Amino acid sequence: MSMIFGVPVAVLSGQLLIGVINGAFYALLSLGLAVIFGLLKIINFAHGAMYMLGAMVTVIMFDAMGVNYWVALFLAPVLVGVFGMLIEYFLLRRIAGQDHIYSLLLTFGAALMIQGILTNIYGVSGLRYSIPDLFKGGVNLGFMFLPYYRAWVIAVALVVCFGTWFMIEKTKLGAYLRAGTEDAQLMQGFGINVPLLISLTYGFGVMLAAFAGVLAAPIYSVTPVMGSHILIVVFAVVVIGGMGSIGGAIITGVLMGVIEGLTKTFYPPASSAVIFLVMVVVLMFRPAGLFGKEA
Amino acid sequence: MNETVKQTDIQKAILEQQQSEHRKKMILNGVLLVLLVLAPLVMYPVFLMKILCFALFAVAFNLLLGYTGLLSFGHAAFLATGGYTTGYLLSNVPWLTTELGILAGTLMATALGFGFALLSIRRQGIYFAMVTLALAQLVFFFFVQSSFTGGEDGMQGIPRGELFGLIDLNDNLNLYYFILAVFLGCYLLVQRTVGSPFGQVLNAIKQNEPRAISLGYNVNRYKILAFVISAALAGLAGSMKAVVFQLASLNDAHWHTSGEVILMTLVGGAGTLLGPVVGATFVVNVEYQLAQGPLRDWVDPILGGIFVLTVIAFRSGIVGEIQKFMRKNLS
Amino acid sequence: MTMMKKLLTSAVASALMVSGAQAEISDNMVKMGYLADMSGTYRDLAGPNGLKAMEMAIKDFGGSVKGAKIEVVSADDRNSPDVASSTVRRWVENDKVDMIGGMVASSVTIAATKILEENNKLGIVSGSAASSITNEHCTPNHIHYVYDTYALSIGTPTAIVQEGGKTWFILTADYAFGHAMEADVTRVVEANGGEVVGSIRHPFPTPDFSSFILQAQASGADVIALANAGADTTNAINTASEFGVTQGGQTLAALVLFLSDVHALGTDVAQGIQLTTGWYWDMNDETRAWSDRFMEATGARPTMVHAGIYSSTMQYLKAVEATNSDDSQTVRKYMMEHPINDMFAKNGVIREDGRMVHDMYLAEVKTPEESSGEWDLYNIVRTIPADEAFRPLSESKCKLVSM
Repeated sequence: MSMIFGVPVAVLSGQLLIGVINGAFYALLSLGLAVIFGLLKIINFAHGAMYMLGAMVTVIMFDAMGVNYWVALFLAPVLVGVFGMLIEYFLLRRIAGQDHIYSLLLTFGAALMIQGILTNIYGVSGLRYSIPDLFKGGVNLGFMFLPYYRAWVIAVALVVCFGTWFMIEKTKLGAYLRAGTEDAQLMQGFGINVPLLISLTYGFGVMLAAFAGVLAAPIYSVTPVMGSHILIVVFAVVVIGGMGSIGGAIITGVLMGVIEGLTKTFYPPASSAVIFLVMVVVLMFRPAGLFGKEA
Repeated sequence: MNETVKQTDIQKAILEQQQSEHRKKMILNGVLLVLLVLAPLVMYPVFLMKILCFALFAVAFNLLLGYTGLLSFGHAAFLATGGYTTGYLLSNVPWLTTELGILAGTLMATALGFGFALLSIRRQGIYFAMVTLALAQLVFFFFVQSSFTGGEDGMQGIPRGELFGLIDLNDNLNLYYFILAVFLGCYLLVQRTVGSPFGQVLNAIKQNEPRAISLGYNVNRYKILAFVISAALAGLAGSMKAVVFQLASLNDAHWHTSGEVILMTLVGGAGTLLGPVVGATFVVNVEYQLAQGPLRDWVDPILGGIFVLTVIAFRSGIVGEIQKFMRKNLS
Repeated sequence: MTMMKKLLTSAVASALMVSGAQAEISDNMVKMGYLADMSGTYRDLAGPNGLKAMEMAIKDFGGSVKGAKIEVVSADDRNSPDVASSTVRRWVENDKVDMIGGMVASSVTIAATKILEENNKLGIVSGSAASSITNEHCTPNHIHYVYDTYALSIGTPTAIVQEGGKTWFILTADYAFGHAMEADVTRVVEANGGEVVGSIRHPFPTPDFSSFILQAQASGADVIALANAGADTTNAINTASEFGVTQGGQTLAALVLFLSDVHALGTDVAQGIQLTTGWYWDMNDETRAWSDRFMEATGARPTMVHAGIYSSTMQYLKAVEATNSDDSQTVRKYMMEHPINDMFAKNGVIREDGRMVHDMYLAEVKTPEESSGEWDLYNIVRTIPADEAFRPLSESKCKLVSM
């Protein structure tokens, strides 16, 4: 068997594929953060909580009303998105124009509240949710067993990522959005409801997080604290990509998934720290991240 | 003629008002000092020492956030480094007296702070926060990997030892007055620093960094110095905490601790001297009281609520709001 | 010389014990503290329901001992040894607490028991897993009641190796307790003629296990052992099921798995997993009867920790009643001399190092077809006798064990 650095090629290809799958996941999560920061300059520390809500709502809707996965895939992000808009309307709007740091602190506090309340109701062991029948099982690729569900995750995540990028960077709607958030007064003058636009943008970013949450529900333990672990990792991804860069978040997400995957193969204990190491190194040489514009 | 009389009158009045304000401040400080000295008679000394340690931690943090305008999201690293270093030395070097152990912990945190500062100081705003967070995560990883920290069991049973080899610190009161003295010394140091020309430059950087640069200041050098002082004091807080509790644990290095010190500073009032002290007292108390009472299971959501409320409604913090209120009523 | 010294210290100690043992209940009140993680990762295995278990025991006991009222205080330790240490100090130094129960995170337990030792109060640890609690961290002031990592990493590997699972791959949480279990499992596997072909140390917590499961699959080992706990274990099991580990002919062994975890996973995913437990609610009429009452009070079936808290509280109160004292050494001595026979343990014995030694059970998670309800989760496969289940005193590093 051929080897690379003492690891069989077959194993390595499997790890790379897994890395890409996780990377697609990171991309989806960091994309939402990047949208919220890039357009609204809000540092959304509640992003992990929104991801968790997406998963929790999926499971709760299934348990209470038998809402299936496919419906939840649309319904849960919408519900969480609306919840996000309420947070924007009642809380974040009050600190508009203040230092970005305040948005970080506010959303951090909000996340603690959401997480704490749900912990008291649902506990921390996790809620059951199974993989939809369509994706049960998997295929043997020769070098690894690929569950169908993971294949679905990577496909749908990349499609959503690309779609979002396309919408914001290439369409008229995106142009309005970018203009409206950059020069609110001017756009108001054109008769565009800027506050609503801001609410919708925040809601959309949150929806992306919740969407990732729905995708995660069948494969990870769904618990109220599932978002807090992933939060700072995703933040690191966004910072490495360049805060606010939509494309940067997507590419970096996939890249970090792969780097993490390789670390898990060669030196597993460091796999949680490697992203931070990359971040420090990248910021030393590129102060605004890989794809960010220097201020 | 008349006008000059008036002017001197006004000057006199202003001077008098300043003097009376100064006097009031002195009286307030005196009262606080007496309260701190008498506190262990009515309150539990270990708990008071915990408050003092966290108050020092918050004061250190505030030197950056409140007086230099830098948000560090990695201060837990210094608290933990101070604690682990002191704990390790006191447990393993029999001849080492407690104050030397604490000094060593502080120095280690200072050195680490210098390293952090070199790597992060050129970054602005959120990037600065994120670099410090990343560095602190790497430090956390180091502590998890190192066997001397005892991993998740923590470093336990650190001997309190004797101060200068003479005063037995196993006695809670002795230890309390030692910690209080160190705390007051550090507090005065920060007070002097903030009021000094150095502090004025830091303030200028906070207000408008480009202008400070154009005035010819080597801004980065000032920021590095501020960061190192802050790290040293945070390390000192961690070292003392390790002696008080006789343990050091991974919780100290966790990024939640970095978040907690932000909360303390903000709740008390960033950019005020007394603010972080009040904030630390408030947060430690809330956590402690809640954890024991009927709302035991709800500490996190309540802390989160305090965070939200502070940012929305009391952005200047407790002390800041009181100052605002006083200023309004005085004029 | 050292012999002499030992004799002397033990003589002094026993003299102190005698003088310290008042034949009365201090303050005419027995005050108990319940310290546990009420809101974090370990909430469901002990947490608020553990407090309910303690209160149930007090109520069943009658609410008072020899006319002395029984009171309970409780606190969330927030998994922080700082919080635990200041809470326990205040409880024992100011609030006249006589006994503290619960205690989950190892850092919390070690910090708390050190303070109990300083103040000569009693602790009964039910939640913690670390076997070091009655080994290098043992004190004359606490009892470790329900289980420990040593017991957990002995039963399952022994059984599986004997049934033919010869080669092992271990996924270890990169933490002290993970390392300890990895070492224990390796020893047991090798002693029974098996072989550990590989292991991975993964960070704690790890949200995605697919990479590690893949490596474990590629190793071709007969058995994949999970030397981790909580969300890491459930995530790993979920992923193993998704990647078809058991269909591929490999056996999954979880070393630390609680009823609450298995309930969260469901039999769909967890079926066939072998684990060691100190107790199971559906073992006999006695356990079922108590569990029904517990379920009525809490809405959930008890974990072994919940049952242990009830049982240990009951034993403690019985000892206080019998000795007419709440002095920690008097009570502990009585508890050591009187074997425990209740719904939790049969012939359970508290050793000098504080380890409560009782039978453990090898369980296998039922298949969905076998399971008759959401809590009908285990088949008890075999009993692991008490003297095999726990670390023998001859290997003890505890300062209390005289050699």
